[in-house]
Amino acid sequence: MADQTPGPDALAKVDFRPKGKTWLEPHPEFRKGTYCYSAAPKNLTYLGLPNPREWQPFNDDWKLPPDWKTIILDGMRERLDRYRSFRLFMDICVRCGACADKCHFYLGSGDPKNMPVLRAELIRSVYRRYFTPAGRIFGAVVGARDLTEDVLKEWFYYFYQCTECRRCSVFCPYGIDTAEITMIGRELLTLVGCNINWVIEPVANCFRTGNHLGIQPHGFKDSIDFAVDELEEITGIRVEAPINRKGADVLFVMPSADYFGTPHYYTLLGYLMLFHEIGLDYTLSAYASEGGNFGLFTSHEMIKRLNAKVYAEARRLGVKWIIGGECGHMWRVLHQYMDTMNGPADFLQVPVSPITGTRFEHAASTRMVHICEFTADLIRHGRLNLDPSRNDHWNVTFHDSCNPSRAMGLLEEPRYIIRNVCKAFHEMPEDTIREKTFCCGSGSGLGTDENLEMRLRGGFPRANAVRHVRDKHGVNLLACICAIDKATLPPLLEYWAPGVDVAGVHELLGNALVMRGERERTTDLRGEPLTAREEASAHA
Amino acid sequence: MNALSSLIVVFILAAVAWVGGEVVSLHPAFGIVVPALAGVVFVVGFAVRVVGWARVPVPFRIPTTCGQQRSLSWIKSGWLESPWTRTGVVARMALEVLLFRSLFRGTVAAITTEPVSDGHGSQDPAPGPARLVFGEQKWLWLAALAFHWSFLFVVLRHLRFFVEPTPGWVGVLGAIDGFFQVGAPAVYLTDVVLLAALAYLLIRRLTDAQVRFISLFQDYFALYLLVGLVTTGVLMRYFVRPDIIAIKQLTLGLVTLAPAVPTGVSPLFFVHLFLLSVLVAYFPFSKLVHMAGVFLSPTRNLANTNRMRRHVNPWNYPVKVHTYEEWEDEFRDKMKAAGLPVEKV
Repeated sequence: MADQTPGPDALAKVDFRPKGKTWLEPHPEFRKGTYCYSAAPKNLTYLGLPNPREWQPFNDDWKLPPDWKTIILDGMRERLDRYRSFRLFMDICVRCGACADKCHFYLGSGDPKNMPVLRAELIRSVYRRYFTPAGRIFGAVVGARDLTEDVLKEWFYYFYQCTECRRCSVFCPYGIDTAEITMIGRELLTLVGCNINWVIEPVANCFRTGNHLGIQPHGFKDSIDFAVDELEEITGIRVEAPINRKGADVLFVMPSADYFGTPHYYTLLGYLMLFHEIGLDYTLSAYASEGGNFGLFTSHEMIKRLNAKVYAEARRLGVKWIIGGECGHMWRVLHQYMDTMNGPADFLQVPVSPITGTRFEHAASTRMVHICEFTADLIRHGRLNLDPSRNDHWNVTFHDSCNPSRAMGLLEEPRYIIRNVCKAFHEMPEDTIREKTFCCGSGSGLGTDENLEMRLRGGFPRANAVRHVRDKHGVNLLACICAIDKATLPPLLEYWAPGVDVAGVHELLGNALVMRGERERTTDLRGEPLTAREEASAHA
Repeated sequence: MNALSSLIVVFILAAVAWVGGEVVSLHPAFGIVVPALAGVVFVVGFAVRVVGWARVPVPFRIPTTCGQQRSLSWIKSGWLESPWTRTGVVARMALEVLLFRSLFRGTVAAITTEPVSDGHGSQDPAPGPARLVFGEQKWLWLAALAFHWSFLFVVLRHLRFFVEPTPGWVGVLGAIDGFFQVGAPAVYLTDVVLLAALAYLLIRRLTDAQVRFISLFQDYFALYLLVGLVTTGVLMRYFVRPDIIAIKQLTLGLVTLAPAVPTGVSPLFFVHLFLLSVLVAYFPFSKLVHMAGVFLSPTRNLANTNRMRRHVNPWNYPVKVHTYEEWEDEFRDKMKAAGLPVEKV
């Protein structure tokens, strides 16, 4: 795969001139490297989703159900009556083009249908044709299109070429949010069984075992035990990491990548060290062993089906409140959907930090607090003994993950932690951080290898900003608070900005955290000798 | 193609109205029936549209946060960009509606291989790696703002044709507007700004390759209609003065539901009135309803109180979940073997 991908200089030559006269004619072309494979039938079957079958996007025959058109149009009608966002966003776009160059996929590919406005027009044209008088009467003259198989294929191609990052919605004068449109578009595709496996397999796994990776309870325990052992080697301290323990104060939910992938794993070490050091009475859950929610990339219904386990488990274990780990989409779901879908959480208490006494009023209803909020509060109250010099080998920048920034407004908490745990911190350019942050290019379930070229293209704006601070300030570490970022940014940066590693904020915290009774640390959480790294950076 | 066909349609509309103005027997149709119908279509259509949106629920809280959330007391939160109070939401919406805040954020992104500056003034002449650069892009914002505000001014100034006696403040508006008096009659600043802004928006749509590519028939149609409307208005005000008394008789007749068609109204006025009627009747069925829709946009008009307060989805329904019991049934033996606690032994 990687061998076929053109080099950075070739890939960065993007032609922004639209080809052809009109976008109305659908030309679905599934070029290798720019799309994801279809969902395996067994996963659809397990979830009870429609039309499980063997097929691939590059096949001519997608084996759609005979009444697929009716299913899609009925599905559209239903959603037009259920989501004001959808109906409104179909009606009020003036095609001013303010969103066009805000999309990382457009910037990286130059494909005009990746302009958020045209991505939405793909579905808007069908809306016009079947749901508006003008479209019924005048048809193509007013930009209305018949729903054909080619149109459907185009939906598939472009709705799985949108990471639902919401950057365009920041710049739209009416707040039109392409993520809403993409989400509905994917729901409609799901109705006729057109999904991608990189989304549906994690969903099926999560439904069955509790997490995306399909790790069964004993495997989960093995992973955590392994982390505890490793921590003992690094710090000389054996931490407790209880699983499914009833009566704990707090349930901690994290993305499963944190206990199975690197560099996420070092973030897990950071959480465990922190909880031990402050003596938090907490438990992990093997049933709710995933905070991430790939339901968000499937349908609203699937969000709810997967998210339900968090509250169910908090109730069963009898905890008082919940803390959630570093994960982007997970927090979009927890912040914007969980309470509405699966609340009220009246069996829980309003979160209060047992260490500082801080009442998290802003989470008074969901009763779930972001780990960065929790940790920032601890640092502010001077409850952590921190030695930032242990991060001296890192020169850090921070990537605002799309969802915590644009759907929550979680901007300052992670920065506050970073500033307290390391000495060298440099922001990327203004236009690429906070609410204007650029997506990693692989969010919303697109982070699979068959899609590598598109990931590299979509990630170019992000990587470009990283390269800028690398060259200007010598940045060698990108900190972030999203599991997808941690999985997909390393290959992205290796391609566009070599020499920059990726880490979670709580990995940096773990490095700096001076634990009571610990032995002198000789390595960081990655097991790399502290002195050697210092020398290396001194010589650099 | 879209640009040309919509222009032709607007010309045909203007020609039809001209004929209507020339043929006296058609005056009642073009002076009374068409404007009255257009007015009815506007009011009914607009109401149907807004009520239609308002009846659709907003099941989830989905504000786009453009600033720091309200969280810990010592972190400065963005009351305007990530509001958690009604005041914050109203202020955010006011900035959006009155000053086009989001459009103002606009930047322009481009890929360049310009040599990278070494920071000491001299430049390495070799081209750098391809990279993205961002620039300010305020023209669209400025033109949109100029267009909407001057259009509002012009509409308000026209009240003198619809209200008798003309309210004092309408006169004041006119006086302010005509402040930069050039000859007689006073040249209204808003007329100039309105035409300039429309020209910019039209030229941008025609010349910017990306914007032209996304433009549909209706995008040009709305612009040409407005250009036609403003041009005929400007012609009548500064160049071919019509019989104002007669026009006022007609317009007053329309709004007081006592229709009258005075003699001496020029065909040019009928063109002006007809284009206005078309615009007004077209309004509810077109993208122009963004005027009302912007107020209902859930990414802008909701407070970011997602975790503070519970929000209810009116059509929430039960879904199939994988319960703890089912889950434990499947994994119980493995859990026991691993020493994990179980509910049923």
